Amino acid sequence: MSAGSETGFPHRHLLGIEGLSPDEITYLLDRAERYVEQNRQADKKQSLLRGRTLINLFFETSTRTRTSFELAGKRLGADVINMSVQWSSIKKGETLIDTAVTLNAMHPDVLIVRHPESGAVQLLAEKVDCAVINAGDGSHEHPTQALLDALTIRRRKGRLQGLVVAICGDILHSRVARSNIALLNTMGARLRVVAPPTLLPAAIERLGVEVFHDMGMGLKGVDIVMMLRLQTERMHGSFVPSIREYFHFFGLDRAKLAAAKDDALIMHPGPMNRGVEIDTELADDIDRSVIRQQVEMGVAVRMACLEALGQPQRNAT
Amino acid sequence: MSARTLFRNARLLDPASGLDRLGDLMVEDGKIAALGPALARDGLGSDIAIVDCGGACLAPGLVDIRVQLGEPGAEHKETMTTGGLAAAAGGVTTMVALPNTEPVIDELALVEFVARRARDIALANVRTYAAATKGLKGRELTEMGLLAAAGAVAFTDGTAAIADTLVMRRALSYASTFDLLVVQHPEEPSLAMGGAMNEGEIATRLGLPAISPAAEIIMLERDLRLVEITGARYHAAHVSTAAAIDAIRRAKARGLRVSCDTAPHYFALNETAVGEYRTFAKVSPPLRSEPDRRAVVEGLADGTIDAIASDHTPQDQESKRLPFASAEYGIVGLETLLPLALELYHNGHLGLLEVLRKLTARPAELLRLPAGRIEAGAPADLVLFDLDRPWRIDVDGFHSKCKNAPYEGRPVQGRLIRTVLAGRSVFIAKG
Repeated sequence: MSAGSETGFPHRHLLGIEGLSPDEITYLLDRAERYVEQNRQADKKQSLLRGRTLINLFFETSTRTRTSFELAGKRLGADVINMSVQWSSIKKGETLIDTAVTLNAMHPDVLIVRHPESGAVQLLAEKVDCAVINAGDGSHEHPTQALLDALTIRRRKGRLQGLVVAICGDILHSRVARSNIALLNTMGARLRVVAPPTLLPAAIERLGVEVFHDMGMGLKGVDIVMMLRLQTERMHGSFVPSIREYFHFFGLDRAKLAAAKDDALIMHPGPMNRGVEIDTELADDIDRSVIRQQVEMGVAVRMACLEALGQPQRNAT
Repeated sequence: MSARTLFRNARLLDPASGLDRLGDLMVEDGKIAALGPALARDGLGSDIAIVDCGGACLAPGLVDIRVQLGEPGAEHKETMTTGGLAAAAGGVTTMVALPNTEPVIDELALVEFVARRARDIALANVRTYAAATKGLKGRELTEMGLLAAAGAVAFTDGTAAIADTLVMRRALSYASTFDLLVVQHPEEPSLAMGGAMNEGEIATRLGLPAISPAAEIIMLERDLRLVEITGARYHAAHVSTAAAIDAIRRAKARGLRVSCDTAPHYFALNETAVGEYRTFAKVSPPLRSEPDRRAVVEGLADGTIDAIASDHTPQDQESKRLPFASAEYGIVGLETLLPLALELYHNGHLGLLEVLRKLTARPAELLRLPAGRIEAGAPADLVLFDLDRPWRIDVDGFHSKCKNAPYEGRPVQGRLIRTVLAGRSVFIAKG
């Protein structure tokens, strides 16, 4: 156990990026960097968390985030249990608090929680004795996604400070956007959001972003283009008139990308709607798209988070 | 032998007449028999109870025109007994219940049920609104004339807006037949649907579905047009935004028969009370921005806002210990109505009689209730309180069945000493 894990991340939980200092973020990214290298070796298994129990508690379906956490936990030697619960059925009988109390009795060391409602993970964290990692709560935060995005950018660009990043698409419902805005602002990047006003929450500029409604202008001179997934239930008539219209004005294709810097990178948290928010060929362009690296960084970042939170007897807040 | 009580050495406060002076008040057979400086004390006889008020304030019992009492249908959240105890402990001697019960109060028998239950428990005068539309569904009008004759004091769809414009026009128009009051929850439902808190930076940071403050003014301005067409009496409940208050100010200046109230949380708190998903601060309409909160204070000070009502909404733990968007709306308010309203006085925004008027005479006048005054012959519904005594709100000590109030530990000034209902002390503070 390094001295860094004692002091580098003095929190009991990881509920969001908001409130983390640049040093804490850098600490997690640096730790994750080491795991990237280890994960590329033939023998990936560590024993740091041997005997520890991680519970993946997902109230919302997810394949990649859950798998990524599972892999991260197993590579650190922990026992990983997956629990998927339909929130709608939970509501009828057992409440979220009951679930927390029940799980707490099993003495897990880390609970990794995804929930469709903003604030639900924090509510649960107040009721359990173990560390809690927010794997996405409603439209609020998805901190490990922002960390893996930052790691991906840092590895390709060598820094975060001073980069111009455009986040495009459904900002209104996006926890990925909120966590990324918090993280990249904390690290000194310059943020833009690009979307039609129906997909932007009120007062978004107060979070430290410049607002654009036009891709050509919003992408002008940017280093990073982050596309967000547009939820299918929001495509037809309620927030945007149609997929066709959305792709025409806000979908990323080569023509729109031409406004960005020549070496601008394309990112997407996945899963992608090809032909809705991103041109399918562009998504697979290995010179521009780092979407596959994001997945790889995801495992490393989550290992770093588990390392920081998964060990007992620490003076945490 | 008649039951007599002499309240001696009190600061008598009657907002209706502007009375504010030291004196005595005699209660006989549940009514105020006389009041004045040093009532003759010889020859009073021995059958008289004497309460020395020690200079404390003696005012009309509070008239709270917006409460939910859990009966019928939500007895696990509140009953007439627990709600009555809370009222007594809060100095409220008359309260008006909303019709959004289960079943909905849209039938004569239900109006009578509420009256009977309240009479049996006898902790406060309880009156009820009746629904303006059957089942609160916003489509068919209730039997307003008959319901009013049975005792319904006014008509409202409670926590729901009467949204359909034609239905609202007819509700106002028909109510005007009998000069009845229609009370609106002024919020455009399509703008508020699914919303959990006020739209703005905080909701955006928390990732919560938001309600535009414009939802209030949009519904209110439509209603004011309809009031103009129909000439009806209209009351906007719990107004919370600067725009709405300003529209009411102008409507009053134009001579429309319009009134409004607000609840203490709209001047005692703002949207920052939501903090990190604090569901006790989830109310409908939502807590607003600081400029809106200040506009509420201003509206109270200049008389645009007629009354302060607690908007007492009991919610049990199962309804509040949930993710914010899933939690129910509401704050229990009966037991904090007086001290929170007195903040307006202690902070220098309103005179003492003005604050009390909004808690007594004015709401009684709006709903034509025989309450809210201190005068010979009036019911002896009184509240005795120490105006300056500081204390901290203790939510666990509430008499209400539910403790959903975001005020735990809040320092306040003005402590209730005694509540008198028809001459009988229904609450006496300990210590």
